[in-house]
Amino acid sequence: MNSFTFTQAAAVDAAVREKASHEGAAYIGGGTNLVDLMKENVARPTHLIGLKKLGLDTIENTPDGGLRLGALATNADTAYHPEVISRYPLLNQAILAGASPQLRNMATDGGNLMQRTRCYYFYDLATPCNKREPGTGCSAIGGYNRVCGILGTSDSCIATHPSDMCVALAALDTTVRVSGPNGERTIKFEDFHRLPGDHPERDNTLEPGELITGLDLPAKGFAQHFSYLKLRDRTSYAFALVSVAAALELDGNTIKDARLALGGVAHKAWRDKAAEALLVGQPATADTFRRVAAKVLENAKGYGENTFKIELAKRAIVRALKQATEMKATVDTNAYFQPSAFNS
Amino acid sequence: MNTDYIGKPTSRVDGPAKVTGTAKYAAEYNVPNMLYGYVVSSPIAKGKITKIDAAPVLALAGVQQVFSHENVPHFAIFDRSYQDEIAPGGSPFRPLYDAEIKFSLQPVALVVADTFELARYAASVLHIEYEEVAHETKLSQHIDDAYEPGKGKIGFQPPKSRGNFGKGWKEGVAHVEAQFSHHAQHHNPMENFATTVEWLGDKHLNIYDKTQGAFNSQLLVTKIFGLSKDRARVISKYTGGGFGSGLRPQYQLLLAVMASLELERSVRVSLTREQMFSFGHRPETLQHVALATAADGSLTGINHFAVAETSQFEDFTENVVGWSGMLYDCKNVALGYRLAKLDVYTPLDMRAPGAASGSIALEIAMDEMAYAAGLDPLEFRMRNYSDHDQAQDLPYSSKALRKCYHEGAAKFGWKQRTAAPGSMRDGNLLVGWGMGGGVWDATKLPASVRASLDADGHLTVSSGTNEIGTGTYTIMTQIAAESMGLPIEAVTFVLGDTELPESPLQGGSWTAASVGNSVVEACTKLGEALLKQTQKMDSPAFKGVKIDDVQFANGQMRLRSDSTQAMVLRDVVQASGEPRIEAENSTLLAKLAMLKPPKYSMHAHNAVFVEVKVDPDLMTVHVTRVVNAVAAGRILNPKTARSQVLGSVVWGLGMALMEESVMDHRFGRYMNHSLAEYHVPVNADIHAIDVVFVNEEDDKVNPLGIKGLGEVGMLGVAAAVANAIYHATGKRVRDMPITIDKLL
Repeated sequence: MNSFTFTQAAAVDAAVREKASHEGAAYIGGGTNLVDLMKENVARPTHLIGLKKLGLDTIENTPDGGLRLGALATNADTAYHPEVISRYPLLNQAILAGASPQLRNMATDGGNLMQRTRCYYFYDLATPCNKREPGTGCSAIGGYNRVCGILGTSDSCIATHPSDMCVALAALDTTVRVSGPNGERTIKFEDFHRLPGDHPERDNTLEPGELITGLDLPAKGFAQHFSYLKLRDRTSYAFALVSVAAALELDGNTIKDARLALGGVAHKAWRDKAAEALLVGQPATADTFRRVAAKVLENAKGYGENTFKIELAKRAIVRALKQATEMKATVDTNAYFQPSAFNS
Repeated sequence: MNTDYIGKPTSRVDGPAKVTGTAKYAAEYNVPNMLYGYVVSSPIAKGKITKIDAAPVLALAGVQQVFSHENVPHFAIFDRSYQDEIAPGGSPFRPLYDAEIKFSLQPVALVVADTFELARYAASVLHIEYEEVAHETKLSQHIDDAYEPGKGKIGFQPPKSRGNFGKGWKEGVAHVEAQFSHHAQHHNPMENFATTVEWLGDKHLNIYDKTQGAFNSQLLVTKIFGLSKDRARVISKYTGGGFGSGLRPQYQLLLAVMASLELERSVRVSLTREQMFSFGHRPETLQHVALATAADGSLTGINHFAVAETSQFEDFTENVVGWSGMLYDCKNVALGYRLAKLDVYTPLDMRAPGAASGSIALEIAMDEMAYAAGLDPLEFRMRNYSDHDQAQDLPYSSKALRKCYHEGAAKFGWKQRTAAPGSMRDGNLLVGWGMGGGVWDATKLPASVRASLDADGHLTVSSGTNEIGTGTYTIMTQIAAESMGLPIEAVTFVLGDTELPESPLQGGSWTAASVGNSVVEACTKLGEALLKQTQKMDSPAFKGVKIDDVQFANGQMRLRSDSTQAMVLRDVVQASGEPRIEAENSTLLAKLAMLKPPKYSMHAHNAVFVEVKVDPDLMTVHVTRVVNAVAAGRILNPKTARSQVLGSVVWGLGMALMEESVMDHRFGRYMNHSLAEYHVPVNADIHAIDVVFVNEEDDKVNPLGIKGLGEVGMLGVAAAVANAIYHATGKRVRDMPITIDKLL
């Protein structure tokens, strides 16, 4: 870790100005990822701009019937907010599938979007990594890539975005509000994170100095039929091998509207609108779901250690859509176990 | 035995200190004017250092020194100086000795600065150049050049074959033959390795070390640095998890001592989690097992062969296959064990070393054999029960494994099992029941203990053993209180200091038996000393009385023949005019006993029953129930003993389902070097675990009848999970860990 200076910003415009005036400065919210990256010497900011005094930590209804999440609201406060629980339960489940209670108490909603990949090579300075050191090569290709992507990858990078929350935000058509040197603007969630292409060092489409101030959820929350299914190597505190956010609007057994997003498979939460279109107007049956799953994965590419994710993702999509239909949603299929059953 | 303390569930005497944070660990001793060392680790697996540019780092204000092979004096020349108590045969690694790189993450420099933060930063900008050469880290490519180790670690016995396996194989009517494997694992105790060296002047050091053996650390420091023992006092009051990782002193100890001697200052060196992947680990093994049975289900042949990794510089050996010649009755047994040299650090004992690895192969193969022979896996094991240790040709001192089978199976409800894979369901979920088990040595080593009663009637019992979280403080306090007839509050057990009587390394499941029996001996000696003092006092009833004629209870010494005749122990000490009366046991007999061939085979056993539930589409596995029945002689403290076995089961589940140090062979480097990516089970993975201690009285193993519990609870757990998964799904996975991709 290098030496750095720290200031606590009092207002958004002041924070943005401060960022512009310090080369090598970084914003810090909860610090749950940035501080790790600094300790590992992956991130080396010379100046940190604290955001915790900006406010922006409220969760409020918007006039159009939606919900605005302040960028500095914690993941825990968001997940357990009554409006989120009742109107956006998919988001509640996705947040609670990630990290640990301690981390969710510190981590902010804006910071969740800004967390970086957990690819082993990104974290290990002894190995080449295009995301960490552009031009050095991708060690995950041909290496230990069990945790890496199968969709939207490039020859430069096969890293995944590690968030669970973002998978639900993508499915729910969230809008990201940002402030920067050129004022305020909004970014559609699907445009916020990038695919790696030739510039894997860039995770997102923020312009230099821009700061996330809030996340706007539209009115439609799919509270009746949803599922967040996360598959991983242990039941908690592990990143997704594959996760699926599924949300349906049903008329009887006919699908009227559908959302489908995947985590753990790409450089961003993977939303497939073509696959969603295949669901609309169809009966909510296993056949439909299998067809759609095949569609989502039709261009998937395995890299050896992670090739199993293609089949796993198909099965997870089918299961998540089934759970959403039947409304037997769980955070994790592993959660079926009821300890009380064995208390003799 | 009717007792006040031994055998009673007793809360940890060190519990309050641990939960209130007053228990201090090696990196928590803040001594005045201390410097901080930060280790720089090699990014390459093999080659040499060609350049170290220390000048810019030394120019940073507050950086005291950059140590590397270029400026560290050669304190010692010969290999024997670098060999700790349990060093395997070979040439131990010498940190910062020369330019050669032998393994990835090898320490190549130590930056010492006024603060930890500065040392860490300075280490990150230290420019080092390397010349890389090709490395070999893939075990599967070195099976052909694997060799039978001659001189291994102390205690290693090359496995002994017997009978004629080829004949037994032909006699069999059912056969099983399969390959098994598991990958390297790292101990990953919660407490990172660290050493704080307090410079007391004139090369006198107090060394606070993370270790499982303060005397082993002292031995190595005195040998390498030429210090007398009184100049190198090693203190280790608490150890935040060991699991074997602290059996050999780690390099941070040597670096901290070196820096302290060179700079004549107090120095602390602590390792990062990544650096915890730079030293000993459970070695990867590749195994082959072949079994044959006769029509009646009796085993006619057992063949177990294993290849394990070791470093280029030491032959790390462990008993992987030997247990296969013990656990079941069979005339024809062929066993083989070889090592392959790789460009890695020397492996190290890790909980149930060898047995955890070997029992995976044997106990999965036994399950396969049971199916091939058309027998229930439990019935199959009962039919091949060994009442005599055929490997050593000795009778067992005691063996209650049959009780483990019966009581474990009853508790689990094994009778309800239907044999066919996939035949049991819970709703949509596949249910699988599997079992396994194992055997581990009951060892007792010489240990010195001092018992000291002060004029207030408080008993202090001390021995330089270690507490690695197993409950050593507590059980020794119980034994001492029992022996001297004192309330437990009137007894303090002191450990973890080379100024105390010498005790062996804390490992191998031998501490309870070794130190525990010595506590009794020391207390007996103390009783004799107290009795002797009574002869000088005006106490006619005690005149000429022998130690066997008295008993200790309620803080008194009483005549067995007339318990109304009693002396208060405190009064006896006060009458002596001394502040305390103390005594130490003699280890002479224990040392002599070790030279004699054993008359009995002394072992602990277990049988473990596991239930899994598997989602038939997603192939997610949950271990919903475990019953582990353990026969380990006398259980001193059912509460801490249960905790120990619970931990063992969790270890077994980790080994079965998730634990693996992932090597990228292109870099020769373990890649998942963090607790986020090196997966061990979390609370949410753990459900019902029942521990059953079957009654096993043994007056031959040692006076207290203790067999030890550190390892035995883990045996067969991983295999039982694999067997349960087979029973649920029909999929036989022989490569641990059984991750979701292997079941899809």
